[in-house]
Amino acid sequence: MRYRTKLSVLLIGLVVSLSLPGLIQAENKTVNKLLDIYKNQGATVADLKNGEMLWKKTYISKGEFPKRSCTTCHTEDLTKTGKHIKTGKEIKPMAPAANPDRLTSIKKINKWFKRNCKWTMGRECTAQEKANMLVYIENQTNF
Amino acid sequence: MKGLLAISSIVFTIGVLSIPVVWSDDDFNWKETGKYRDKSSGVAAITNPLYKEECGSCHMSYPPGLLPERSWVRMMSGLEDHFGDNAELDSETARSIEQFLLKNSADKSEYKRSRKFNQSIKSDVTPLRISELSYFKHEHDEIPKRMVTGNAEVKSFSQCNACHTKAEQGKFNEHDINIPGFGKWDD
Repeated sequence: MRYRTKLSVLLIGLVVSLSLPGLIQAENKTVNKLLDIYKNQGATVADLKNGEMLWKKTYISKGEFPKRSCTTCHTEDLTKTGKHIKTGKEIKPMAPAANPDRLTSIKKINKWFKRNCKWTMGRECTAQEKANMLVYIENQTNF
Repeated sequence: MKGLLAISSIVFTIGVLSIPVVWSDDDFNWKETGKYRDKSSGVAAITNPLYKEECGSCHMSYPPGLLPERSWVRMMSGLEDHFGDNAELDSETARSIEQFLLKNSADKSEYKRSRKFNQSIKSDVTPLRISELSYFKHEHDEIPKRMVTGNAEVKSFSQCNACHTKAEQGKFNEHDINIPGFGKWDD
């Protein structure tokens, strides 16, 4: 009996660990296409950890809100609804796991990276930074 | 031949006589009256989906009939610093939105409130903030600050739709007002 329990736990563990990467890295054609574009612009392999660091980092600015971060409007949890710091308008969750419309349009992603990197960091993001943040956003899940 | 002429003249007469009846059809008249009522009180509703999508993702979509053409031109030329936020658009989208704004600006509108907004602006200035126009101030001068800037659910006079429940439809009538935490507003 004990042996059988052990075996089934092992089997379940094996199945879960094999299928997890598949679940997390669900095929996102838009993201893959963009990663290719960023590669052509000089980016190497996307680094999720660095993406997370960039997303949560606080940048100092001279404007109305001197301490700025992606989390200022989007919050620390990308599966939750955010809020525009100035207008108070709701921002739908960034993580595709919570909002399937996210990361489905290259045009939109380009537009918001341009605007929001400039507002938050005071400059445009590099191809590498965009690649890193993209995979970070893509892989945020609520489980 | 004579008979045929008589019949066709009768048919013709009936046709001519029925024109006013068809013309004054109930449905037709109601629509016109509704239109007239809207124009006499509000500003034009927003009909452009691109404008709603692009400008309405960060804030309420302000009806273009709240500012004159020269203000919208200035607004669209400074999107990189849009009241402190970056709201840059690609040139194609920007051009299309600007066309919509200019076509429906306050100085070109037949709506009563648009005319009043426009008339309250001195000809030598190009304002960007609707809430700083004299007509806007005149209309809001009796409202205590605690209901707006001191009200966590409103925060600022820029959030028209916090109290004007039909603002995005261009309706600013008193009976559509609902101030969060305070309710209806009666002058």
